[in-house]
Amino acid sequence: MSIITKLALAAGLATALSSGALAQDISGKVIGFSQIGSESGWRAAETSVTRQQAEERGVDLKFADAQQKQENQIKAIRGFIAQGVDAILVAPVVATGWDDVLTEAKEAEIPVILLDRGIDAPEDLYLTSVASDQVLEGRVAGEWLVSEVAGEDCNVVELQGTVGSSPAINRKQGFEEGIASAANVTITQSQTGDFTRSKGKEVMEAFLKSSNGGADICAVYAHNDDMAVGAIQAIKDAGLKPGEDILVVSIDAVPDIFTAIAAGEANATVELTPNMAGPAFDALAAYWADGTMPEKFIITESKLYTAENDPAGEYERRKDLGY
Amino acid sequence: MSDTGYALEARGIVKIFGNHVALDAVDFGLRPGEVHALLGENGAGKSTLIKILTGAYQPDGGMVLADGEPVHLDNPQQAQTHGIGTVYQEVNLLPNRSIAENLYLGHQPTRFGLVDRRRMETGARGILKRYGLEIDPSSELGAHSVAVQQIVAIARAVELSGKVLILDEPTASLDRNEVERLFEIIRDLKARGLAVVFITHFLDQVFAVADRVTILRNGKLVDTRALDDMTRTDVVRLMLGKDVAFSGATGVEDARPMGEVLLDFANYGRKRSVHPFNLTIHKGEVIGVAGLLGSGRTEMARIMFGADSADEGILEIAGKKTSIARPTDAIANGFGFCPEDRKAEGIFGDLSVRENIIIALQGKLGWFSALNRDEQMEIAGRFGESMDIRAASLDMPIKLLSGGNQQKVILSRWLATDPAFLILDEPTRGIDVGAHAEIVRTINRLRDEGLALVVISSELDEVVAYSSRIVVMRDREMVAELSGENINPGVIVQAIANHREGPSA
Amino acid sequence: MMRRILTPLANPQLIALVGVLLVNWLLFPNFFRITWQDGRLFGSLIDVLNRGAPVAILAIGMVGVIATKGVDLSVGAVMAMAGAVAATMVVAGYPAPVAVAAALAVGLACGLWNGFLVAVLDIQPIVATLVLMVAGRGIAQLITEGFIVTFTDPVLIYIGTGSFLGVPMAAVIAIALMLLVTLLVRKTAIGLFIEAVGVNRAAASLAGIRSRMLLILVYGLSGLCAAVAGIIIAGDIRGADANNAGLWLELDAILAVVIGGTSLLGGRFSVPLAVVGALIIQAMNTGILVSGFPPEFNLIVKAALIFFVLVIQSPLASRIVPVRATAREAHK
Repeated sequence: MSIITKLALAAGLATALSSGALAQDISGKVIGFSQIGSESGWRAAETSVTRQQAEERGVDLKFADAQQKQENQIKAIRGFIAQGVDAILVAPVVATGWDDVLTEAKEAEIPVILLDRGIDAPEDLYLTSVASDQVLEGRVAGEWLVSEVAGEDCNVVELQGTVGSSPAINRKQGFEEGIASAANVTITQSQTGDFTRSKGKEVMEAFLKSSNGGADICAVYAHNDDMAVGAIQAIKDAGLKPGEDILVVSIDAVPDIFTAIAAGEANATVELTPNMAGPAFDALAAYWADGTMPEKFIITESKLYTAENDPAGEYERRKDLGY
Repeated sequence: MSDTGYALEARGIVKIFGNHVALDAVDFGLRPGEVHALLGENGAGKSTLIKILTGAYQPDGGMVLADGEPVHLDNPQQAQTHGIGTVYQEVNLLPNRSIAENLYLGHQPTRFGLVDRRRMETGARGILKRYGLEIDPSSELGAHSVAVQQIVAIARAVELSGKVLILDEPTASLDRNEVERLFEIIRDLKARGLAVVFITHFLDQVFAVADRVTILRNGKLVDTRALDDMTRTDVVRLMLGKDVAFSGATGVEDARPMGEVLLDFANYGRKRSVHPFNLTIHKGEVIGVAGLLGSGRTEMARIMFGADSADEGILEIAGKKTSIARPTDAIANGFGFCPEDRKAEGIFGDLSVRENIIIALQGKLGWFSALNRDEQMEIAGRFGESMDIRAASLDMPIKLLSGGNQQKVILSRWLATDPAFLILDEPTRGIDVGAHAEIVRTINRLRDEGLALVVISSELDEVVAYSSRIVVMRDREMVAELSGENINPGVIVQAIANHREGPSA
Repeated sequence: MMRRILTPLANPQLIALVGVLLVNWLLFPNFFRITWQDGRLFGSLIDVLNRGAPVAILAIGMVGVIATKGVDLSVGAVMAMAGAVAATMVVAGYPAPVAVAAALAVGLACGLWNGFLVAVLDIQPIVATLVLMVAGRGIAQLITEGFIVTFTDPVLIYIGTGSFLGVPMAAVIAIALMLLVTLLVRKTAIGLFIEAVGVNRAAASLAGIRSRMLLILVYGLSGLCAAVAGIIIAGDIRGADANNAGLWLELDAILAVVIGGTSLLGGRFSVPLAVVGALIIQAMNTGILVSGFPPEFNLIVKAALIFFVLVIQSPLASRIVPVRATAREAHK
């Protein structure tokens, strides 16, 4: 078991422990949150979940939307420092250029927690960093497929994210690790669908043509749910049954994929949780309670959802989060 | 001072572009303490000569001497080191920097390696004072009037160069008072011993400020003379190349009865473009328009056609009051217009000869009654033949045709619309002899067929030959209307020069 | 007569299209195989038609704009807006024809707005249409509130994924639009006037062409075409994706027009050849997908192929052919 998996389990455990006793400890605290923007559904969901989490804990959340600009984020953080907030959450838009403003926060003795993405800055400038493990997400998907096909030969076609983007690279690597042990599962074709539905559909169409009308494809692995939704339509257009003739597994757990899972057209998705704030608040609660220093990198859980996990209910729970 | 006494001299300058001789053995001498006007129609070679004197062009023959010593000027900066500064019509300074920065640009006073702003502004204030400007040198140049910018440009050129100042149409965008102020500065510089070259189209200004004049025509030197013993008429005659004394040619022997009135322009004009004019045009009549470049002749043509709209006056067409606000109005009333700049405003270079011929007719027919290909071929073929258009095919792009054939195509374009009134602006400029004759023949034929025409031309012989009346433009004003025996080059030249000398309008 | 029929077939664009298809065939032997499946044609060639249709439709609108020496950068954003309008309206319960009409009206209005900026306010086309390129996507995101608005309306889905006589609906619409617009510009004087304005607007104005009306018309048509393309791609994925719908497709449309032989400096244009340009681009895309190249090479392969196509139709290459022709004529 890798160190990352251990960390993830530790974080999951911490979350489980914290959600009762410690939740009260940070009520009344003022916490600033500098969000990147709302460029994707997931980002919007992260914002709404963060607000939810703050409300549950009685935290006064100061929200600042940076509209994809680092200078706005730096301005917002300086504003938080000037207001004398108790802690600052930042979802950093870029990796570099944070040293000065984080030093200012440190000098003001305001703990900073990074959400979702890491930065290139000395580790003592922030309390901790909460993020998902994209490699792990890919591996969970791969391991699910290996157990699902149970030893039978399976040709997988892969719909990659945008070429060169870190989720595309990491989710590909993770999936390959996940299927490495099973010689019967192999990736036969791999192309980029740019994380979009229409490209996912177009690429899947081409894969079906070049795989004997789809007869040679056992499963499709998509780096995000949107491409999977597009691929499902392409499979149906080719006269095949997605979920049966061709297994569909993807990552993100957005609401629409649960509709597909409920309809039996998709088989599994791995959650990229929008709840980055929950673990961050928990870490703050422990820190303020008795000075417990959290791990430097808190990894969120990469939970697998299939038809057995009440997909219709999951859809209902997620549909209003802003995805 | 050298033996020739010239501050700047050009000897036997030849400049050839391709197979066009722009300057043919031109001599030009400039004395210190004189204002020397350089005159000539468009294409006479003025700007080429200036560019050679300022190092922008290299001559293909002859030499340039500064203070009697031959110099080789590779670029304007080098000309500057020989004391030669130039101010162009468009001020080419930096409008978003301060006046002081513009004056000192490139040679700012420095202290410890940094620009010494205070010293620069004090110096600038002193310079501006000498030119009678009491303005803040730290203010932005662009915030001031064109006249002030012009003076700043002159000040900069004089401060940098100090011996010769070349002014290329400096008064084009100035009003009367500003021109007078500029002249005071020029006179002052002259008193300080500077040699000033002054290029303009306005004869009044030449006589107001210049001592001597050099006249170029078609790349050749016509003469250099002192202005004291010349009249305006002399100058215009030299510019247009007409020897008035020997010219007895008169216009069309007008035995034919005048046709009925087609157009009546009453008090028609446009502010800052053409002073209001009165002109009645009959069917079967050619009105020639004479005047120097910049006299307002093209502007008059444009407002007649609605390319620029008139802002005062009344137009009656066949007795009915009509408003022409844009070319489509004019075309709907049977007007046609061949513009002076054929390439920029006349031809559609990439389109075929056929399309160039039918386009105005098609414009008149509108979007939805398209001429089909056969109809287009028939029309284009008809005019191709009657106008003797020399093209390998009517489907070839018009840009491949010679200038003369392009002009015939544009003329055909309007004839295809079956016009009642044609305005031709310099229809014979820059075209070969054969096409020239064809166009003159066409003008005569159209007049005989009953069309009304207005023809603008610098070729006085030509205008005299086909016009039944001639109007003369000067300083954006119609200054004379000549008819009968007054249609001869001598009278026209006098009218262009100064209408007080000529017969009354 | 024979020559008049054959000459248009022997142009560089069609040669390039055939060339790209042949390369695809070499990489993927089943490329030309077309089967009948569930009442529709099925095969890679059909995919090229179907997937190429949105860009082809954009190019049909774009070619007129470019012929007037303009450019319309807003078409991708207008696609997103039209899709967003159609999707949110059917989800809100409006009948599909109303939603489609509203989406088309939005596209037309966007185009007319661009035309107004260019023709009346005399703003440079690249700047004028940049306004909507940026703002349009934002408006689309406002309409969808950041969600992918999914719908189940059968009419809208039919527009995106249905088929007519076995041919994908998107391709049918593109072909119909191509014929319609070609007739519109060539059977009227509009095509000639567009070329005249593009070649020399000053001369066009003096020749009595109402260039303002004409510019507003071509930008309006471009907006309308963008709306059609936007409805199609929304119908295709059964949802309006404001973030990604039509993203960067304005560049593909411009490229299609340029490959179709229309100069960015305005003038001569051909609607059918712009469509061929779009098909060339799509044939490359589909070829890359079926060939099994690693996706890291997609852009490089595409760039190399486009370079090749542009070289084929460069002035230098076209000079070589006429030189031979004249030489032959001289022998006669």
